[in-house]
Amino acid sequence: MSTLVRDRAPVQTGPVSVRAPRKRLSRRTLLLGGAGVVWLLGFVFLHGTATLTLPASELTDLHRSLNQFNAWVASNRADNPVFQYVFTPLRAAVDAVANLFIGIFAASSIGLRLPEIGWLGTVALLGWIAFAVGNARVALLTAAVFVFFGLQGLFTEAAYTFALVLTAVLFTLAVGIPLGVLAGVYGRVAKLITPVLDFMQTLPTFVYLAPLALIFLIGPASAVIATVIYAAPPVIRLTAHGIRCIPENTREASDSLGTTGWQRLVTLQLPLARRTIVMGINQSTMAALSMVTIAALIAAPGLGQVVIRALQSLDVGTAVNAGLSIVLLAIVLDRVTTAASRRAEPGANRKRRISRRTRYILLAATLLVVLAAVQLSRTMLWAAAFPKELNVGPAIVSGVSSASEWLQTNLFLFTVSFREAVTNGILNPFQSLLTETPFYLLVAVIVVAAFALGGWKLAAVAASCLAVIIYLGLWSDAMVTLAGTLVATAVVMVLGVIFGVAMGRSNKVDQLMRPMLDAGQTMPAFVYLVPFLGLFGATRFTAIIAGIIYAAPVAIKIAADGIAAISPTVMEAAVSSGSTPWQVITKVQLPMARQSLALAANQGLIYVLAMVVVGALVGAGGLGYDVVAGFVQSSLFGKGLAAGLAIVFLGILLDRMTQAAAAHPVRKVPSAKSPAH
Amino acid sequence: MSKAGLLLKRTIPTLAGTVAAALLLAGCGGATVNQAAAAGASSAPCGTVNVALNAWVGYTANAAVYSYVAQNKLGCTVVQKDLSEQISWQGFGSGEVDVILENWGHEDLAKQYITDQKVAVDAGPTGNEGHIGWYVPPWMVQKYPDILDSKNLNKYASLLATSESGGKGQVLDGDPAFVTNDEALVKNLGLNYKVVFSGSEAALIQSFRSAEKNKTPLLGYFYEPQWFLSEVPLKKVSLPAYTPGCDADAEKVACDYPDYKLNKVMAKKFADSGSPAAKLLKAFSWTNADQNSVATDIQGGMKPDAAAKKWVDAHPDVVAAWLK
Repeated sequence: MSTLVRDRAPVQTGPVSVRAPRKRLSRRTLLLGGAGVVWLLGFVFLHGTATLTLPASELTDLHRSLNQFNAWVASNRADNPVFQYVFTPLRAAVDAVANLFIGIFAASSIGLRLPEIGWLGTVALLGWIAFAVGNARVALLTAAVFVFFGLQGLFTEAAYTFALVLTAVLFTLAVGIPLGVLAGVYGRVAKLITPVLDFMQTLPTFVYLAPLALIFLIGPASAVIATVIYAAPPVIRLTAHGIRCIPENTREASDSLGTTGWQRLVTLQLPLARRTIVMGINQSTMAALSMVTIAALIAAPGLGQVVIRALQSLDVGTAVNAGLSIVLLAIVLDRVTTAASRRAEPGANRKRRISRRTRYILLAATLLVVLAAVQLSRTMLWAAAFPKELNVGPAIVSGVSSASEWLQTNLFLFTVSFREAVTNGILNPFQSLLTETPFYLLVAVIVVAAFALGGWKLAAVAASCLAVIIYLGLWSDAMVTLAGTLVATAVVMVLGVIFGVAMGRSNKVDQLMRPMLDAGQTMPAFVYLVPFLGLFGATRFTAIIAGIIYAAPVAIKIAADGIAAISPTVMEAAVSSGSTPWQVITKVQLPMARQSLALAANQGLIYVLAMVVVGALVGAGGLGYDVVAGFVQSSLFGKGLAAGLAIVFLGILLDRMTQAAAAHPVRKVPSAKSPAH
Repeated sequence: MSKAGLLLKRTIPTLAGTVAAALLLAGCGGATVNQAAAAGASSAPCGTVNVALNAWVGYTANAAVYSYVAQNKLGCTVVQKDLSEQISWQGFGSGEVDVILENWGHEDLAKQYITDQKVAVDAGPTGNEGHIGWYVPPWMVQKYPDILDSKNLNKYASLLATSESGGKGQVLDGDPAFVTNDEALVKNLGLNYKVVFSGSEAALIQSFRSAEKNKTPLLGYFYEPQWFLSEVPLKKVSLPAYTPGCDADAEKVACDYPDYKLNKVMAKKFADSGSPAAKLLKAFSWTNADQNSVATDIQGGMKPDAAAKKWVDAHPDVVAAWLK
């Protein structure tokens, strides 16, 4: 669940400027207001009728027929040609590569289960590679972090995770870069591929874990395949984007020299797009790490297993220790690939402090040291397995555990009453407003709202999304999910506005906040759940917090960028006319950054929705729970699959509606009721 | 041109380094500390055993003792993998899982993997008898003696309501992966309750503990053998009696859970390999009291391995019988 990279259609503002804005706006407000009133009236008078509630243990015929897939795979695995010639060889190939890297870095299957290269060799080799593709700073960081894994007592687990990420990234690039190039060169391919990528990115990861585990069986192979599916979209999108964004005149200059298509690709497009492609590799690597962690649920070895065990035993100390490893690994992967992309920047060579020659000599010399370290780590036990005496892991675990126990016992009253207040005061009423209104009324309300926001086309999209959700038999669960998602998004927007304004107005705050936001975004979703689970228990409230933490950094960043982008002259004018800072914020900055705020809301919503399933691991109900239950109970397999699809359609609906809302201004002139409240 | 050239030039050292490392590995392949040990260990004909680790402490106790004996008495390498119950079964086909140490029923999976696909075999009972049911903390039984009959539960629905249960009474369940008919039971017994998942055994235990301590009402899914029952003797609510076949249709269940003769399951390949660890698995059998004593130690903060050692050292004759 890393950063989604989306190619968005340019925001259209056409119709508004053409028509008289006032009149159009009033009709829109009227429609929205009318829909709201109908909804409330319907809730009051038709309360609890036609809610389409499906008890958790019950299935529809559709779910039962999806369940058949399970049985079909079981009976066809041995002799169906699709399995014989496609799935089984694919699994074998992926398994071979995964096991090769696992054998090199983590553990071999023989003897003492020591890896081919022990910890000392791994530290040296990876540090050297970081130096070769990046710089000395990231090399040092890499070496230090891997030694720290050893100190945490998690070297083997971290090495497993690293080996799987490496395997997954290799496959991702092997698939992603050619596809991205195709999509960049041929517009038609891009058109074909974009909706598929959109779908892949909104589909919750759990949904395809279950069928993948069924087809490819559990283990590293399925984990890698699932990871590739999750991690490929960013590199495909960015590769295509990089190639498409080459200036027209550069291309023409090359064409006028008579280059063929292939020559143009190799000599012009790929080199010029290189930096963007490496950025794509960076994004895909981060996505791969977060997915490999989750794939622990289908027997992917590594740090994810430690986190899952800790989640199950509510062991905050262990979870934090393993989570720290994951975050550090994320930082290393991020910094090294970022340094590599800097190096890939055109003209980066000239800025270097040491000459290329010196660098090569340095590389060659250090390589000898690395080889010596590798050899040592193969022949000496102390260099092969990290010395157990140097383990500070238990100290970290018990330290964090006692701190969290202190928090839990001393803040218990506060956390519980806060949770109960939010749940009873906001979440429950809102949820019942959505789940206890008759479905036909809500469909009508949403379609009318869609029409008001984006005309007939959007109304049609909304109607069909809702129809699919009803067809999937999960209307009521979808409304539970929608309630949680909207509440979380509202909080995300409040945070986005507050911190966005603070960051947009002050460079210092920006510099302070940005690394924290970056860390929040690179941290795999799993990790920060455990402490909140300890504080708030497994409830919808905890799930909402998980969504907020995941989505807030994106929203804050977009809001801050929007506010920082307001031209200084406008600000100057506002300040010189005697406005107080509050007036500047509410009357100038927020209205002028409205477009960015709407985009922040859109992205916040999509990110919160991406966490719905992970939230179900800590107590959220609705579609997320259906997906999790379908994953672990074979009798609910079909229902889980259907719930996953329902999440996708809910996502499409929310995305299109918020995009439309962003495209048209709600108010031309900001009134006193500013969005800051 | 020069850009592509640069790209090449930068990747060459990386490639060269990797190749050199690979060559080096190939060159000194024979002498690694790992393989030397492998040669030494080969006298004991036991390879690697992959043990699925399901998420409750009783299971952990079984796995800890089995692993300890396999490692220390047979010289096997044991790899434990945290997996949920049903996912573990899928591992028999792929070779990811050799052993499941405490299986609760799962007739459908047994049919699929043992009878139909023939990738797994039954390795006999663990000696433990399992019960699943709905439990309440002891203080509630003293105050509301008739709560132990499921017919009276609706009377207490409002007492047991929480902010998560939407105005109905709450039945607190564990991990969604556990064997459970509770959703169907609530519906088919006409109970005004809602099943809420706490997510794990640990969360269930924590909830029951604080319910007894603070005298707050709680009704929840629980099971034996379970070490926690000796700390807080929870009382079981009687549901309509189990009759064979009454739970055949998962959506229509309206009866209590059966008594589970817990058993072990192993991969067919592992069973046929002649590994002494497979023989050990078949022989592995102990009592609920044994499991609870190890589980209590683990829960008290002992490492599973240490808890297993303590039990094994205290019961040399039982272990000797397993190894015969």
